[in-house]
Amino acid sequence: MVEHRRFGNLLPHIVLLIGVAIVAFPVYLAVIGSTHNDVVISNGQMPLYPGSHGIETYWKTIVSGTGKTTREPVGSMLISSLIMAVGIAVGKIAISIISAYAVVFFSFPFRMTTFWIIFVTLMLPVEVRIFPTYKIASDLHLLDSYSGLILPLIASATATLLFRQFFMTIPKELVEASKMDGAGPIRFFFDTLLPLSMTNIAALFVILFIYGWNQYLWPLLITTRDDMQTIVIGIKKIIDVKDALTEWSVAMATAVLAMLPPVAVVVLMQRLFVKGLIETEK
Amino acid sequence: MENRAIFSGRLLAPLLVLPQLAVSLIFFYWPAAQALWQSFLVQDAFGLSTEFVWLENYVALLKTPEYYHSIGVTFVFSTLVVAFSLAIGLLLAVMANRNIKGVQIYRTFLIIPYAVAPAVASVLFIFMFQPGLGMIARALQRAGIDWNPVLNGNHAMILVVIAAVWNQISYNFLFFLAGLQAIPKSVIEAAAIDGARPWRRFWTIVFPLLSPTTFFLIVVNITYAFFNTLGIIDTATEGGPNAATQTLVYKVFQDGKAGADLGSSAAQSVILMIIVIVLTAVQFRYVEKKVHY
Repeated sequence: MVEHRRFGNLLPHIVLLIGVAIVAFPVYLAVIGSTHNDVVISNGQMPLYPGSHGIETYWKTIVSGTGKTTREPVGSMLISSLIMAVGIAVGKIAISIISAYAVVFFSFPFRMTTFWIIFVTLMLPVEVRIFPTYKIASDLHLLDSYSGLILPLIASATATLLFRQFFMTIPKELVEASKMDGAGPIRFFFDTLLPLSMTNIAALFVILFIYGWNQYLWPLLITTRDDMQTIVIGIKKIIDVKDALTEWSVAMATAVLAMLPPVAVVVLMQRLFVKGLIETEK
Repeated sequence: MENRAIFSGRLLAPLLVLPQLAVSLIFFYWPAAQALWQSFLVQDAFGLSTEFVWLENYVALLKTPEYYHSIGVTFVFSTLVVAFSLAIGLLLAVMANRNIKGVQIYRTFLIIPYAVAPAVASVLFIFMFQPGLGMIARALQRAGIDWNPVLNGNHAMILVVIAAVWNQISYNFLFFLAGLQAIPKSVIEAAAIDGARPWRRFWTIVFPLLSPTTFFLIVVNITYAFFNTLGIIDTATEGGPNAATQTLVYKVFQDGKAGADLGSSAAQSVILMIIVIVLTAVQFRYVEKKVHY
């Protein structure tokens, strides 16, 4: 820094520690809550350290379900969430990379029209066109199916724009050299373009995985069967703020399980995450 | 872009764009067009016949006090969420931009809320603020505050605002940090040599240089507060009590779920679409500026 401070960097440390405390405390409390029994929690007597009912609660939450309600165990919801998140990430990357490839490296009729048709989809989040989209999905018999969960959410241009921007930085000479070696467009794509795009693909995957895992409104509408539900919407049914019989330990265990995969992805792949976040939003 | 088209593939290229075009047309253009079309129609009580009524649905909508109430709720909610999440994000970013030990560890913690789904973030805060058992709710009650978000509209609003702000801190923190790191050190050193103290340097140099980032984040945060917070509201308050937390998006969702008035629901969707299009257009103007300068 520019000048020496007498007290070192005390202020930033204090502010950042308070920030970390605010961020971490609700998560910590959920973890603690999932290890105590419901009576202790409902009385408001939950201590700030872990209890001894953790294994029991998680077993009940994931595998056996609970007696009090007719609710499904969360295990199948975790699988639905995983399929949906990976499906959205892989699907969106796949359709985006090939359309960006076509738009940047090919000349074909209506090339710019195509680009604009895709570009405009950037404009509207699924929330504002939700019911007509629901009607179409239902007409196409996509309710309670993974394609129904995934397809409508991959209709957006963010990934296409990112790949397009990246492809445009690839020197023309590279393509010509590849052509001189006798490579056609398909070989150029697999041998040259795809390996060069790996960092971008990985960064996008991280962002899209989180986006997919955390979806709320769409899975809420399109799934009616309990075993198709994702964990993020399953949690709402466990909590009823007006009902004193809420099984808080199960609710907190479910919250922890719902947070674990995306938080792990963000923390373990931090550099890719930051790259993906800042580049897709530009 | 014009000179890059190197391969000519009259067959291959259309095949490559086909999947994305198909998905966009079926799940984007078709429903958007339907919402627009339905907003001009009125259905009779049995859903047997429909009539084209031009803007009647919009006129009727703008005559209902509930709609204005919902606009008010959205305004209060978004203003609070945007202001607090930006201020906290900026403060943390400024502190993390100092050359101190352990910045990586702080950053790792501070990005966690981004990974938490809004609905799950909501659950975390319900657990703390639930009357009778939540840790903070009990502290408030001990302090003599009759805290009850289930019955008190202001309390419900405070609850969803806190959850939404918490959920959005990471995003603002990361973008402000990236913006701060892009400011050349020499500019700040020059000001320091001129005798400007840190506080003054921040407001006269750093903050103005950060304004493109701030502007971009305001737009993104408004979009977040409008649309991505539906999971928070649905989980914590379901728009209540007495519609105290019923934002415009939540109203569309509730009205649509009740299925009563298709035309009015479509008209509400179209108004929201216009809002998003304006926000996105503003955002792109910013991007263009950044490219030019």
